[in-house]
Amino acid sequence: MTLDDISITLVYSAMAVYAIAFIAYAIDLARRSAAATAAADAAAAVPATVGASAVPVAASTRGASASTTSAGVMPPVAAFARGNDGAAVAYGRSPSLRVGVAMTVIAWALHLAADITRGLAAGRVPWANMYEFALTGTLVITTVYLLVLVVSKHDLRFLGTFITGLVLVLLGIATVNFYVSVVPLPPALQSAWLIIHVFVATSATGFLALGFALSVVQLMQARRESMVASAKAVKRSFLATLPDSATLENLAYRVIIIGFILWTFTLMAGAIWAEAAWGRYWGWDTKEVWTFIIWVVYAGYIHARATRGWRGSRSAWLAIIGFSTVLFNFTVVNLFFKGLHAYSGL
Amino acid sequence: MSPRSDPGALSRPDDHIDSPQPSGDASVTQPRLGFVGWIRFAWRQLTSMRTALLLLLLLAIAAVPGSLVPQRSSDPNGVTQYFSDNPDLAPVLDGFQMFDVYTSAWFSAVYLLLFVSLIGCIIPRTKHHFDALRARPPRTPVRLARLGGYTERPLAEGETADAAIERAAADLKRAGYRVERYELRGEPSVSAERGYLRETGNLVFHTALLGVLVTVGIGGGFGFAGQRVVVEGQSFVNTLAAYDSFNPGRFFNDANLDPYKLTLTDLDAVYETENQEALGQPVDFTAEVDIKGRDGEEVVDGQVKVNHPLRVHGTDVYLLGNGYAPTITVRDAEGEVVFTDAIPFLPQDANLTSIGVVKVPDGMPEQLGMIGFLYPTQTTLDSGAYASTYPDLVYPVLTLNVYSGDLGIDGGTPTSVYTLDPSTMEQLTGGKTGVDSIELMPGETQDLPNGLGTVTFEDVTPDGQPDAAAGDYSQSVDRFASFDIHRDPSQGWVLVFAILILAGLLVSLFIPRRRMWVKAARRPDGAVVLEYAGLARGEDPGLDDAVASFADRHGGPAPTDAPETAADPAKPTT
Ligand code: HEM
Repeated sequence: MTLDDISITLVYSAMAVYAIAFIAYAIDLARRSAAATAAADAAAAVPATVGASAVPVAASTRGASASTTSAGVMPPVAAFARGNDGAAVAYGRSPSLRVGVAMTVIAWALHLAADITRGLAAGRVPWANMYEFALTGTLVITTVYLLVLVVSKHDLRFLGTFITGLVLVLLGIATVNFYVSVVPLPPALQSAWLIIHVFVATSATGFLALGFALSVVQLMQARRESMVASAKAVKRSFLATLPDSATLENLAYRVIIIGFILWTFTLMAGAIWAEAAWGRYWGWDTKEVWTFIIWVVYAGYIHARATRGWRGSRSAWLAIIGFSTVLFNFTVVNLFFKGLHAYSGL
Repeated sequence: MSPRSDPGALSRPDDHIDSPQPSGDASVTQPRLGFVGWIRFAWRQLTSMRTALLLLLLLAIAAVPGSLVPQRSSDPNGVTQYFSDNPDLAPVLDGFQMFDVYTSAWFSAVYLLLFVSLIGCIIPRTKHHFDALRARPPRTPVRLARLGGYTERPLAEGETADAAIERAAADLKRAGYRVERYELRGEPSVSAERGYLRETGNLVFHTALLGVLVTVGIGGGFGFAGQRVVVEGQSFVNTLAAYDSFNPGRFFNDANLDPYKLTLTDLDAVYETENQEALGQPVDFTAEVDIKGRDGEEVVDGQVKVNHPLRVHGTDVYLLGNGYAPTITVRDAEGEVVFTDAIPFLPQDANLTSIGVVKVPDGMPEQLGMIGFLYPTQTTLDSGAYASTYPDLVYPVLTLNVYSGDLGIDGGTPTSVYTLDPSTMEQLTGGKTGVDSIELMPGETQDLPNGLGTVTFEDVTPDGQPDAAAGDYSQSVDRFASFDIHRDPSQGWVLVFAILILAGLLVSLFIPRRRMWVKAARRPDGAVVLEYAGLARGEDPGLDDAVASFADRHGGPAPTDAPETAADPAKPTT
């Protein structure tokens, strides 16, 4: 068995474990819905007297206006146990959530091992063709997710369904459609910038992916909140156990600005590399065009956050469009657009 | 807090999230009639956050078509191809400048408007920021309890209110705050502000964006880019006439070309030989060159590789391509040499099947033209056609189809050295002529048809090396390098501005700008408590923590904290 075969075996093992993690997270989401329903039933039984004490201290700095919650319909226990995430229903960590996280860690370790063995097999950094970009990129997405779990004051484990799902799909596509065996680097890729530029781009993708996930949940949460505010009948969904939309928005913003700075660096490092490899630092090559578009869209997102009337759902949409352009750049532009960046290896 | 009463306030567009809500001031919403009023109204609109945002989004959208349709600047052949593939659509698209998106009127309009908006935005802010830098932190608000992270601590025993505030001021100063003592109704307080660098970073960022645009727009005009093919052993002198193609910038003066001489001594191409999955993939291209300055300067050795341009005499030399340049000699019926030269053949595929054209204008009864195919490692496909299976010279074969007639080079119209127009010529070999194409290996000679003479594929292996006669072809054909030679005086400046952009961004996104107040407040019962509070100026997720940790350091742990910390009075206070 060659190192590359070992790497592939590890990738498949990681995918299997990711799949288990995904199922565990999904079960957890289902239980959240159940918990939300139970909380509502309990509230219906107990007269709603806890109103004032239950108003959440929204962790948002300014946009707290969106932190409308169904405060009145909460049982006292829930109000007591709740952190400052502004979640309407306290939930804690179910066993399935714990399993999900544990499995994610195991899958991550296998994934890391797969990536390292691929690098060893190739005798260079494992991100020089599309299969390797995908392998390393998904590894970074999981790493960022796990890192944020450790660092963040907020419990973001609920994003596991999205993260493991995304990683699973991308890894699946990569192994089935993009796999190429180890081949030497073409002269244009023999550069220290391969290590820096591509790795930073990949890391940026990890943060932007997380920002995307948070923005999607933010939009769902905002929709739920406006229904609660207008006293419409609200389906008891898992959303009730998640932070309020303003908190989600702040979290999304924080990971996205990290991604944005990494992307800015990617763009500049790319220009420096292009100067050495192709004789000009900027030539509106298709990949350059899309890198620029992504950068401008996220600059728009940051502006939107600072523009009256654009904070909230509108800026969340920009984060979603931004990540769509990232995915587009990685897939469609790599595979179907003509240009100098023909390094997919396919 | 209206901006006028607060010297530390940020001057930002009216619709910035931190600006006070519009007060219904007529000048903002309804322009007064009259020219000046309209101009002011238009200017406000242009420099608003909303306009900046919309222009940014418009810029992103406007950039898209350039990736869908080939661009003249980056892919001129693609444009030609597009025109022949879509003869009806292409002229329409061309009318919209779709093949020159990034220099088109509409794309330029978007980014120029954006930058006008940017200038309109940063000038007042820069002025305001300078004022704010010199202003005192604002008066302590009367009621701190409404502000961010509000917390209280008892006054330490034996310390006066004034001493506690003095100590707070010193601590805050040490923590990088600008501080100012105030006293209102006998309550001493300190007002502190930090993070001016955040606004500085933001202004540096936006100004540097402008810097990039200006240097690219103006500085780029002083440079040039030229291409030149050089065969091993040959030289090129950096003068206008020596370039195969040359694109000067708008302000470029060709008197500025430094006529140094570049000689290609060797082009070394290495291909993969071990890895079965990648046989023949290029592993390395290195052009060894000699550079000789204008008058008697020392000759210096240099190397040009992909990713490693050679920077000499103010120009950057890039290796952008390479291939084979077989040396072909033509003799007339008497055996006199009428033509001999190394002809660059253009590679057609990864195994370097290459096409070249030989033109013999003089010395023959009629002008001769030949279209040649070079197969570095020749093989015969099942169909009988030839192909190359490996890019290096293992079994090189050259085939030539000969034409005689008018080469069309005497009329004065420039023709490419890489193409032959056979329409005015008679084909003598290959195709439907029934005469076999000429087929040569290095060192071989064959007769031309009709007794015209002979043609030789020279073996250029250096003396003393195993040559074709010994069955080793590895050095039998010269290679050529195609160099791009540039000069771009703006490049360094763009880099400087790029670094400023990144630095400004880091500073403006991660340095929190905040105010903090400590007040010794007197309660109605006469007791004095220390009040702490903060105010975020822009995105500042850490505000509450910062206030709490300052209060802990200055006034001791909060009494209502977890019992174990409260029970530990010996805990250091700094
Ligand atoms: C050339 C196009 C522009 C780009 C690429 C751009 C990009 C950015 C970026 C990346 C940020 C966040 C980093 C920072 O705060 O320094 C930002 C912030 C900001 N920009 Fe721009 N900008 C542009 C034009 C403008 C214009 C025309 C205005 C004025 C109308 C403006 C006003 C602002 C303001 C006020 C902020 C601070 C936002 C906040 O408070 O968080 N920008 N811009």
